[in-house]
Amino acid sequence: MTTPDPMAEIRASFFIECEELLEALQDGLSMIDDGATDDETVNVCFRAVHSIKGGAGAFGLDELVRFAHRYETVLDEVRGGRLAPDHDALLLFMRAADVLSDIVRNCRDGIVTDPDAVEPTLRELEALTGGSEEEEEEEVCDFQPMTLSLDLGGCELPEADPAYEIEFWPERELFQSGNEPLFLLGALKELGSTEPRCDTDKVPDLSELDPEGACIGWKIRLTTNQGQSEIEEVFEFVEGLCTLKVHKEDPVPATGLPEISGLPSLEQGVSDVENSEPETQSSASPAENSAEVAPRMTLGIPEAPATTPPEPQPPQKTGATTPPTIPSIKTPPAAAAKPAIQATATKATVRVDLERIERLVNLVGELVINQAMLSQSVTQAGIPANSPVAQGLEEFMQLTRDIQDSVMMIRAQPVKSMFQRMARIVRESSASLDKRVRLVTVGEATEVDRTVIERLADPLTHMIRNAVDHGLEETETRIASGKSDEGCITLSAAHRSGRVIIEVSDDGAGINREKVRAIAEDKELVQPGQQLTDAEIDSLLFLPGFSTAKTVSNLSGRGVGMDVVRKSIQDLGGRVNITSTPGKGTCFSISLPLTLAVLDGMVVEAANETLVVPLGSIVETLKVRHEDMRAMGPNTQVLQIRDSFVPLMDLGVELGFRNPRDDYNGSVVLLISLEDGTRSAIIVDTIQEQRQVVIKGLQDSYGHIPGIAAATILGDGQVALILDPVDLMANATGKTRSPSSQLELAG
Amino acid sequence: MSLSILAVDDSRTIRDMLNLALCQAGFSTSLAEDGVHGLEVLDGLRPDAIITDINMPRLDGFGFIEAVRGQDEHRATPILVLTTESAPELKSRARAAGATGWIVKPFDPVKLVRALHMVAGPGAST
Repeated sequence: MTTPDPMAEIRASFFIECEELLEALQDGLSMIDDGATDDETVNVCFRAVHSIKGGAGAFGLDELVRFAHRYETVLDEVRGGRLAPDHDALLLFMRAADVLSDIVRNCRDGIVTDPDAVEPTLRELEALTGGSEEEEEEEVCDFQPMTLSLDLGGCELPEADPAYEIEFWPERELFQSGNEPLFLLGALKELGSTEPRCDTDKVPDLSELDPEGACIGWKIRLTTNQGQSEIEEVFEFVEGLCTLKVHKEDPVPATGLPEISGLPSLEQGVSDVENSEPETQSSASPAENSAEVAPRMTLGIPEAPATTPPEPQPPQKTGATTPPTIPSIKTPPAAAAKPAIQATATKATVRVDLERIERLVNLVGELVINQAMLSQSVTQAGIPANSPVAQGLEEFMQLTRDIQDSVMMIRAQPVKSMFQRMARIVRESSASLDKRVRLVTVGEATEVDRTVIERLADPLTHMIRNAVDHGLEETETRIASGKSDEGCITLSAAHRSGRVIIEVSDDGAGINREKVRAIAEDKELVQPGQQLTDAEIDSLLFLPGFSTAKTVSNLSGRGVGMDVVRKSIQDLGGRVNITSTPGKGTCFSISLPLTLAVLDGMVVEAANETLVVPLGSIVETLKVRHEDMRAMGPNTQVLQIRDSFVPLMDLGVELGFRNPRDDYNGSVVLLISLEDGTRSAIIVDTIQEQRQVVIKGLQDSYGHIPGIAAATILGDGQVALILDPVDLMANATGKTRSPSSQLELAG
Repeated sequence: MSLSILAVDDSRTIRDMLNLALCQAGFSTSLAEDGVHGLEVLDGLRPDAIITDINMPRLDGFGFIEAVRGQDEHRATPILVLTTESAPELKSRARAAGATGWIVKPFDPVKLVRALHMVAGPGAST
């Protein structure tokens, strides 16, 4: 296994961090828009953009740096209280956040962002601050690493390096800021050869000495091929904290080599200053160890050896280009200390490749099947339930279930990220339609299997667009009907009876049923004059090829209708419902399974077929008594359960396995409840057991089968179909009395 | 020849990069996510130098430096400020808070190491 490039890893992690920061930014902006006025919220936004800029700079992502920088400048104005953002400004900030996330993703994927998508927003941002572009550019340039000095003028001859006379008098503040003259002299030495002389004239008597005062100065003669700016750079941190004079000496004759030959000894002189422990620096020039008798205080003195150089050698070349104190290998203590420190420094999270989790989920699925098979064979072998084997198996089952729950938890993630994407869809579509729309989100923390979230994004996007486009009225119409000119779309998520319910509702005019009906008749989707309930008319929207928009608008008229939305939700094992109140608005409700992998089911038998009914939909099981059944219509019956009547149906008949039986007295009935509260009673032959089953999709091979959600493999290896009770009931005939021999819904 | 460094930055990316640059230079590195965390990590630690970001949640760089300088054992510990801004007033503010020097982001690892040596010496102590 090759070790991955650490920078590539950091880069990948940077883009993940960007997503988190963008999320924090979006959150902060919506909080400000909702009236949050505290400084910290603005700060969070600022820091998010700031951190993106910082990281982007490190990877040379100039586009991103440029945009983030200007965005950050505006946010800084807000942060400093110099700019009070109104609603329009916040909308601009949100748009800018969208653009920012686009640029981030483009940078990640190596795509050049279209300037047309960026510039308008950028100009709007600049208009807010009135900042001049020139100034900004200049600051951007400041991020670039400093260029190398070209003082040599391209001349490569061994010309004598110029010498500088440097006078350096630290002040008290220099020490207070944590700077150290010793290290500055060391840094100077890196530039070339130095001859430091210490000036101790101002040192007072010990009795008068201020221990924290500054009374020593240095005069350093530096021979270097670097320019004056490099010398001054050494003193950058102490600028203003010392008296510094840098004077370039008149050029000396071009003798070159003899100058250089003096170097080793000089270097030695400084190394004394740097270090009171000789062995740490002795490798520099072992021949000169004798010179190290020079004590620290006389650090200006060891010039004498310079006059007797051992032999000309260019050691300053290496000394100047590579800092001598950098070992190329990691020291073991450093490596050992790192993980422990990191454990406290970062939150206890790991990022795992999704594929590995998928694999784990599949394996756990297999484990569940395997465990079911095992318990079945144990039962068949006639081993008593109180035997150690059976009991051990019981515990094993418990563990399997715990593992499964834990694995599912790994994949679950809050719907928040998806909701934020939807916020953007609202912003974009409302802008293009010139409607004012507010998005309210509820239940962002609701956790759903991430595969469900991913596959839900497309249908949800379409529903949101529809809500903005068709659901909400034109602004004038809203005002005329006494509503706020700002439309409101609510996006909510909640867990309900083992499923996730996601609702998209608007406060628009509601479905114009007359119009829907007219269009449906016009398109021959329904018979003219056919009796239809309100709910049935609403459901016409889901029929293929239905579109009520008079003019095909930019947003919805893309040939994607609600039928496609319904199809993709069904593919997820979900259902979509529509409710509408004229003048008040429309609500689309999506009900989804929590996970696509396992299901708690009741194994039943109907007409000798083994079937699985999702446990979540079963309210209770009971036995039919003759006196509770009431005839209703020629073929159908209802069942009286306590105080209410529930439609009765025979599973065997509905699936086309057999004809209705003559007498259902004593039959087993499952009472099924739908999300909307309606109930039905389904007759089955026997109930085998209640167990967890692994869902194996049928969609790929068979497409959507009415009434069937998926299949599973039972403990004995037999394949059983998993029912979709709601879909089943929607298509049910309800025949429980017909004496006729015809088969309904065969296949 | 190794320095021990405490690096404080709220960006994971920058922390990772600092850690990489410092490890490659053979330094031992401690990391912290913000000023408050930085002070926690610093407790019981005697780093040769501290690097800190300015814009951080909970406790920003200025507050962090002031708190560090307030501790007797760290009143002379070199502190480098990591900043994307190079505005002079930011530098003077950092210095007023007690910073030793500053590094402009994005940092060049070589320059970072050089700056650390400039304020903390060659690091022969450990």
